[in-house]
Amino acid sequence: METSLVLILILSPFIGFLYNLFAGKKTREASGVIATLAVTVSFVISVYLFQQVYVSKTPIVVHLFDWISLERFTIGLDFLLDQLSLLWLLFVTGIGALIHLYSIGYMHDDEDKDRFFAYLNLFVGFMMMLVMGGNLLVTFIGWEGVGLCSYLLIGFWYKNQDYNDAAKKAFIMNRIGDLGFLIGMFTLAYIFGTLDYAHLKADFSLAPLTSPTVFAGLTLAGVCLFIGATGKSAQLPLYTWLPDAMAGPTPVSALIHAATMVTGGIFLVTRMGFLYNVIPDVQLLIAIVGAATALFAATIGLMQTDIKKVLAYSTVSQLGLMFLALGVGAYSAAVFHVVTHAFFKACLFLGAGSVIHGLGGNQDIRKMGGVKSVMFVTFVTFFIATLAISGIFPFAGFFSKDEILLSTFEHNKLLWAIGSLASIMTAFYMFRALFLTFFGKFRGTEQEKHHMHESPKTMTIPLIVLAILSTLGGLLGIPGYSWISEYLAPVLPGAPAEAHHLGALEYTLMGVALLGAIVGIAIAYFLYISKKNIPSADEEKEGFGKIIYNKFYVDELYNALIVKPVYALSSLFANVFEKVIAYIVDGVGSLTGYISTQARLIQDGSVGTYLVAFVVGLCAILTYLFIL
Amino acid sequence: MITVIFYILSAITLGAALLTVLSRNPIHSAIYMIVCFFSIAGHYMLLNAQFLAVVHVIVYTGSVMILLLFTLMLLNLKEKHEPHKAIISKITAVLASCLMAFVLFAAFMKAHPVIEQYKETGVDFQSVKVLGNVLFTDYLVPFEFASVLLLLAMIGVVMISKKDLKQDVD
Amino acid sequence: MAENVLKLIGIDSYIYLTILLFSVGILGVLFRRSMIVLLMSIEIMLNAVNLLLVVFSVYHQDSAGQVFVFFSMAVAAAEVAVGLSILVSIFRNAGSIDFATLRNLKG
Repeated sequence: METSLVLILILSPFIGFLYNLFAGKKTREASGVIATLAVTVSFVISVYLFQQVYVSKTPIVVHLFDWISLERFTIGLDFLLDQLSLLWLLFVTGIGALIHLYSIGYMHDDEDKDRFFAYLNLFVGFMMMLVMGGNLLVTFIGWEGVGLCSYLLIGFWYKNQDYNDAAKKAFIMNRIGDLGFLIGMFTLAYIFGTLDYAHLKADFSLAPLTSPTVFAGLTLAGVCLFIGATGKSAQLPLYTWLPDAMAGPTPVSALIHAATMVTGGIFLVTRMGFLYNVIPDVQLLIAIVGAATALFAATIGLMQTDIKKVLAYSTVSQLGLMFLALGVGAYSAAVFHVVTHAFFKACLFLGAGSVIHGLGGNQDIRKMGGVKSVMFVTFVTFFIATLAISGIFPFAGFFSKDEILLSTFEHNKLLWAIGSLASIMTAFYMFRALFLTFFGKFRGTEQEKHHMHESPKTMTIPLIVLAILSTLGGLLGIPGYSWISEYLAPVLPGAPAEAHHLGALEYTLMGVALLGAIVGIAIAYFLYISKKNIPSADEEKEGFGKIIYNKFYVDELYNALIVKPVYALSSLFANVFEKVIAYIVDGVGSLTGYISTQARLIQDGSVGTYLVAFVVGLCAILTYLFIL
Repeated sequence: MITVIFYILSAITLGAALLTVLSRNPIHSAIYMIVCFFSIAGHYMLLNAQFLAVVHVIVYTGSVMILLLFTLMLLNLKEKHEPHKAIISKITAVLASCLMAFVLFAAFMKAHPVIEQYKETGVDFQSVKVLGNVLFTDYLVPFEFASVLLLLAMIGVVMISKKDLKQDVD
Repeated sequence: MAENVLKLIGIDSYIYLTILLFSVGILGVLFRRSMIVLLMSIEIMLNAVNLLLVVFSVYHQDSAGQVFVFFSMAVAAAEVAVGLSILVSIFRNAGSIDFATLRNLKG
């Protein structure tokens, strides 16, 4: 029963994918509906299984078959549905279904929408495989699969070369991370002889792990897996692909590059929490990387003028916060933030998509403004989500971010300060985007002004649902009584984190965070509403602002340090080595040709000659055999 | 006496074979070949292999020779059909065959056969009766296969010699 | 007649005879250009081998050699029949049985 349910759960999106791939062209209008249905089926089953596990408190384990069978090393195609993966499944399929619904409206006029929905379904399938994997290898299948879908969807409008480049960039950056993942996996397999989560966890609780070689191996595995996570979750130094990934259609940005796929890294680190708990140095590294990314991305976000880029940098920044939480061991806080972030970031992206859709493709906030009056639903939902991401009480983001900052404060004051600063900046630039987009006067062309319209129902309904979730999502983890940490306690490492005692310190910290957010909003209000500032054109930027606007020139740096040398090396190979090899190979070829041309003259077709040769040859053989 | 017969027969055999090979006219070749085969049958008789002698006469002079002659008749071959070969290739041919003979002789000499003792078991092994018995007991299956082979050869010959109907239509 | 003819003649004489006969066959194959004489030469070589088999059969006082000769005669008959029919169809197509004129094997 459970096996078949799990199979339907995982196969449903794949069937949708196959249907849209092969039959989508014929039933174009139905492709979106079918894709949405496929994901909805998965969502319903997820809810059912969630309820099962929630009541029984025992994870569902499905072993389909032995995949790789060696003498002392067996890997099965296993699925593990415990509290952690079910939580992920719920929001992946839930938000996935909403975004599919939204895409029906958004992609209505695209001529390749069957392909779009096919990829989207494929992505959901792989994402489910990632979170349901019972061992690292199955997770890795999903991990690679979502990377592939990300690539396909970023380059969905493949006729634009920039988009193709962005897709390639994402793929290659992910590949660097995947190499880390693989090495980490091999190391673990070498040390423990298994990749099964359950077995690994059991081995960790049994083995003393004091031997220095084992410890070194674990550190290596931990760092490598974390590198994999930085690739997928866009952390320093592998974050640059995510802003470029905004080349894809907006629903893709919402689903893959904000709500689900990029949280894969968080998922992995949480899954392997038992590993990271024994290597505190790596934990500290994670925390530092997370905090640095949060601050760095937030700084860049301050000056961006493309609405999707702003959201992209805020995603990177928020993911940094999550890693900060993971680094300080606050796994449930990180997961909590993943969930709330999925809600409000999906809502923000879909809202931005709605605006872009209404303005006929314009993404530049300098050319927006005053959209509020026309697109009221979009405005309200976007506003709610912005409040949530800024951490305003009582919206979802407040609780989850507060949880993270609280946990960080207990560990390291400096990291807390960095995280808080990043949060304040988040509040500022999110409201900057909001004010510039929805308030003031319209700054675009007359034509765009006429074109401006509210989006259809299929697009606004997901917005409303997500806005409600962004409002109420915080209830999952109210300080003092955190449902989510209690729910996750069985699968998280170490002693279950006791709920923070709500003392004066905690209230003060909450107050500080809230105050910071309000200050950020106030600055934004002052700059963009009262003074009606509009970000200047690209050329007029000066000083530090210019550096930030150009994203600290990180892309240029990578270009100069890595891409150019690789190009130089490859042109060296192409121009020198390949020519030499070509000469050698061609030489051998022409030599053979010449010899053959001469040798074929021997075959003159005269049977008499052949017969003489035959007799002489026979004599030679006889001589060799009987006389010599 | 027997030695004399052997040498006469051998001379006929080799001479007829040479004439077969060297005659210009194919019909003469065929006639000389009959002589050659008859002398080989004589050798068989000399060796007391009556059964084989009879079979040899029937097969070679009876069927093979008739076939050859019919073919020659059918093709209406005359001497002019065969132009002279270049002298160099004639020399090559002679040299090659001499080489072959030489190699075979040398191989035989090298082997140093021990041929001093001739067995004298006194058991009858080559009368028609004994051979018939052996053929139909020990070699029954190959014998049947030989008949199948001949049948197949017959069918094949008919197939090959049949005029191509398609070509005739064209 | 004597019990064993070979005792009087000597097996080596027969071996020399067959070697010579075989070489004459080879000479025919190489010397002539007419395919029909080629076939005859092949028959001569075959008969040289047959004769040798019979001689060894007598030498070993064993009937197996003669049975082999019998079978080889059957095969030779089939071979001649097929060979001649191929020859006839070659003549029909090419108008000649001189294999020096048939150069389709030229590579």
